[in-house]
Amino acid sequence: MSTTSTSTELPFPGLRSGVELVPTTDEPQTGKDFTSDQEVRWCPGCGDYAVLKAVQGFLPDLGLRRENIVFVSGIGCSSRFPYYLDTYGMHSIHGRAPSIATGLATSREDLSVWVVTGDGDALSIGGNHLIHALRRNVNMTILLFNNRIYGLTKGQYSPTSEAGKITKSTPMGSVDHPFNPVSLALGAEGSFVARTIDSDRKHLTSVLSAAAAHRGTSFVEIYQNCPIFNDGAFDAIKDNDTKADAIIPLVHGEPITFGNGSKGLVRDTATGGVKIVEVGTGHGQVDPAALLVHDAHNPDPTTAFAISRLTDSGYLNQSPIGIFRQVERPAYDDLARAQVATAREAAAGDDAERLAALIGGGDTWTVV
Amino acid sequence: MSKQVKQLDRVIIRFAGDSGDGMQLTGDRFTQQSAVFGNDLVTLPNFPAEIRAPQGTLPGVSSFQVHLADHDVLTPGDAPDVLVAMNPAALKANLGDLPRGATIIVDTHDFTARNLSKAGYDANPLDALGDANDPLGEYAVHPVDLTGMTVEAVKQFGLSRKDAARAKNMFALGLLSWMYGRPTDPTVAFLEKRFAKVADIRDANVAAFKAGWNFGETTESFAVSYEIKPAPMAPGTYRNITGNLALAYGLVAAGVRSGLPVFLGSYPITPASDILHELSKHKAFGVTTLQAEDEIAGIGAAIGASFGGALGVTTTSGPGIALKSEAIGLAVMTELPLVVVDVQRGGPSTGLPTKTEQADLLQAMFGRNGEAPVPIVAPQSPGDCFDAALEAARIAVTYRTPVMLLSDGYLANGSEPWRIPEVDDLAVIDPKFAQAPAADDDGTTPTFHPYTRDPETLARPWAPPGVAGLEHRIGGLEKADITGNISYDPANHDFMTRTRQAKVDRIADSLPPLEVDDPSGQARVVVLGWGSTYGPIGAGVRRVRKAGYHVAQVHLRHLNPFPKDLGDILSRYDKVLVPEMNLGQLSLLVRAKYLVDAVGYNQVRGLPLKAAELAEAIGELVAQAEGVEVDLTAATTEPSSQEVK
Ligand SMILES: Cc1ncc(C[n+]2csc(CCOP(=O)(O)OP(=O)(O)O)c2C)c(N)n1
Ligand code: SF4
Ligand SMILES: [Mg+2]
Repeated sequence: MSTTSTSTELPFPGLRSGVELVPTTDEPQTGKDFTSDQEVRWCPGCGDYAVLKAVQGFLPDLGLRRENIVFVSGIGCSSRFPYYLDTYGMHSIHGRAPSIATGLATSREDLSVWVVTGDGDALSIGGNHLIHALRRNVNMTILLFNNRIYGLTKGQYSPTSEAGKITKSTPMGSVDHPFNPVSLALGAEGSFVARTIDSDRKHLTSVLSAAAAHRGTSFVEIYQNCPIFNDGAFDAIKDNDTKADAIIPLVHGEPITFGNGSKGLVRDTATGGVKIVEVGTGHGQVDPAALLVHDAHNPDPTTAFAISRLTDSGYLNQSPIGIFRQVERPAYDDLARAQVATAREAAAGDDAERLAALIGGGDTWTVV
Repeated sequence: MSKQVKQLDRVIIRFAGDSGDGMQLTGDRFTQQSAVFGNDLVTLPNFPAEIRAPQGTLPGVSSFQVHLADHDVLTPGDAPDVLVAMNPAALKANLGDLPRGATIIVDTHDFTARNLSKAGYDANPLDALGDANDPLGEYAVHPVDLTGMTVEAVKQFGLSRKDAARAKNMFALGLLSWMYGRPTDPTVAFLEKRFAKVADIRDANVAAFKAGWNFGETTESFAVSYEIKPAPMAPGTYRNITGNLALAYGLVAAGVRSGLPVFLGSYPITPASDILHELSKHKAFGVTTLQAEDEIAGIGAAIGASFGGALGVTTTSGPGIALKSEAIGLAVMTELPLVVVDVQRGGPSTGLPTKTEQADLLQAMFGRNGEAPVPIVAPQSPGDCFDAALEAARIAVTYRTPVMLLSDGYLANGSEPWRIPEVDDLAVIDPKFAQAPAADDDGTTPTFHPYTRDPETLARPWAPPGVAGLEHRIGGLEKADITGNISYDPANHDFMTRTRQAKVDRIADSLPPLEVDDPSGQARVVVLGWGSTYGPIGAGVRRVRKAGYHVAQVHLRHLNPFPKDLGDILSRYDKVLVPEMNLGQLSLLVRAKYLVDAVGYNQVRGLPLKAAELAEAIGELVAQAEGVEVDLTAATTEPSSQEVK
């Protein structure tokens, strides 16, 4: 059993990979090895299928022993995910998967821990656990399937639904203002924050691979279409005619440009944020060389946050996609285990002897 | 001057003062000295929920009562023989609890017009001492300027007047230590360690303590000192221990005896927080503690750790259990080991955070959706929290189930001498993890089925991740028998529901027979209790016996399942009395299960039951059962078990 790193290159030399302590295998693996014998029961056309296929296809790339991978989920359509993967798994209770994964990851350094959650699961009932997992930076990867609706309970609006949305529980339109999951994760001290799309397998796979390699909590928002209760929510970013203008791709070290090079981002000195400009040499246009270069590794999250604000909160006509932020910060579970290890190393004698000393300590007296 | 020394068999002393006066520390030190001296004792700390309630007011009074004796005692005592009152509020708040003739030592220093009015006194009760209208005429009052003498005694250390006056609790401790012939060395050593970093405070406290002792020895105001001989105890090494400390040690011991790393997920709450604090110190035993963002995350993390092969533990009080209910159900469904500690306090809602109650029994028993049986274990005394924690862990690991461990505020903070067990004598807990399946002859490995069962315990295999061939998925949805796959099949759900119940019922097979304390064998009344009422019930029963009547006592450690012989035992008696610090929760359970006409004795005053009142209640039932008149005046004090044999 060796514990060498994976194929993914890490941005920080010397930083441990997210799977560094997880045993690897030399046996060739395929997606089939990760497919359980359970029949997949999502609705036809559900975006969850594409993500499942992508994950099954990607896991062999990690080269980890299958028995050392664990998927923990909450409740929702997406949270059925673990049943379909032939790894260890737990389909838990609504919203609590990050807390369960925290205990598991902290007590077992040799596991690759994944959380699968939905927009309601993670941002409504489980919002507290999500932000605290991000704050602690527990070594695990959180996949948030955002279909902007409650799928399993048949179509109520969710914390990411656009204001005014008409659903079964909001016949006159929702009056809730939605969360922007990426902004939220950045605000919660997330050390790895990314967004990708169910239908773009290549992009999805590259983000998953970077997320797995990241040590700490990796947060990945996946836009996922629910053809039954919120069909077309992501059409603008999926449609071949509109997607070039709708997707703002983020690639570390590259200038941020979209609309087939016609648009780009620059700093907005008036607001301190970022703004979209026309790219070119004409009047009112900005030279490509002056565009903002994406720096996912910037220790200051301000620019990443500003970029995240370019996401439409209403119907999704525009959204930055990619890795917003990926910085190095000690992982909670590593620190917690190190304290235990330090205390154990410093203690003399075996556990039984020390237990006798512990319970026999304090002011004692003997009766003969 | 040589003074008279009187022999006592027992005394109940209450130290009372403002929350800031250090009464808990004073009481604790006096207790430690008495424990080391060899007396048997039981303590009752009683303090406000506010950290510093307004100074000098009645709600700000904090007290610590200790009952010490030359024989075994079971309760902190109903009424103090001696009250040490550090200010007018402490006097006023506690006077009502004193019997006629009690001794009162008051610090006169704080009896100023301002403090008297804060405590609601129109006139200084000390002004009329000895007069015909003396409001304290029923008591032996010793007015002493404790503060003034303390300031004088520590003058040489150059402290501010305020800091100097703060050592008054040690002066009081010194005086009481002289009165009762307590050994002083442990306290001097304690103070030297506690204030090691601040030399002047350390020296002032030691000086005040010694000055208090010397004052007692020289003053004319105290003519007599007392001696309470050590109590006969079973041979062994003892220490004084609180319930929370014993419970934390029990969990550490469970880790050692099972070979499992202990993982605690917890959110601070009175009166359970000390267990989190204590376990945080024991990382050297492989104990991991996570202070979670809320109670739900605390239990979630513990469940995650259990899935990973650790001994998952979560500690809280009643309000926290309410939050954890759904997750406890998940542990029932996934059949993972988990110890859930509920240190009960007064409820509902925020209730009485620092006071004791036993009103979470039905919450522990039924407080979940669906049929979700959870075994329940309850300790009966502070020291017993150690054994109860080990027992909870044994059941959790052996039967793959969450177990509720029901302590309470009185056990948590109260203390008693505890005979330190030998580690080798503690139960061994076998996690019996599932083994990797062997390959068949044709080289294929058989599929692992996570919901097969041990024929004896009905426990399912515990298969933490990391073992090839045991990959499996569990969760909160109903499982198919054997395979553990999702199943909505009606017959399967019925079967699984009954199986989960049967598994919990099977625990009764592993329990020893109940101890029935019925010395004469002629009792027609049995008193049935659980948890921390053990002491008061035992003391009440002794009084009744001392007065010449028959009564039996049975105390439950296991509330779910009940021991198998409980029904038979109850049916042997004409009357069953169930005293509880709730409105009749165990009564409800035994009535439902055994169709016995259990009579409740119920109080929810935030304080332990009183032995004398309980004795009256028992006496009434004995009178009914035996058709006799019962007169308990022959037994006014708490007799020892030796006396009644
Ligand atoms: C405690 C609790 N409350 C409510 C529910 C009902 N419930 C199940 S899933 C869900 C919402 C799921 O929405 P989301 O997380 O977006 O997942 P999706 O189905 O869209 O993938 C709700 C409200 C539950 N299972 N448990
Ligand atoms: S309801 Fe929507 S999210 Fe759920 S399975 Fe069907 S398509 Fe997918
Ligand atoms: Mg959803």
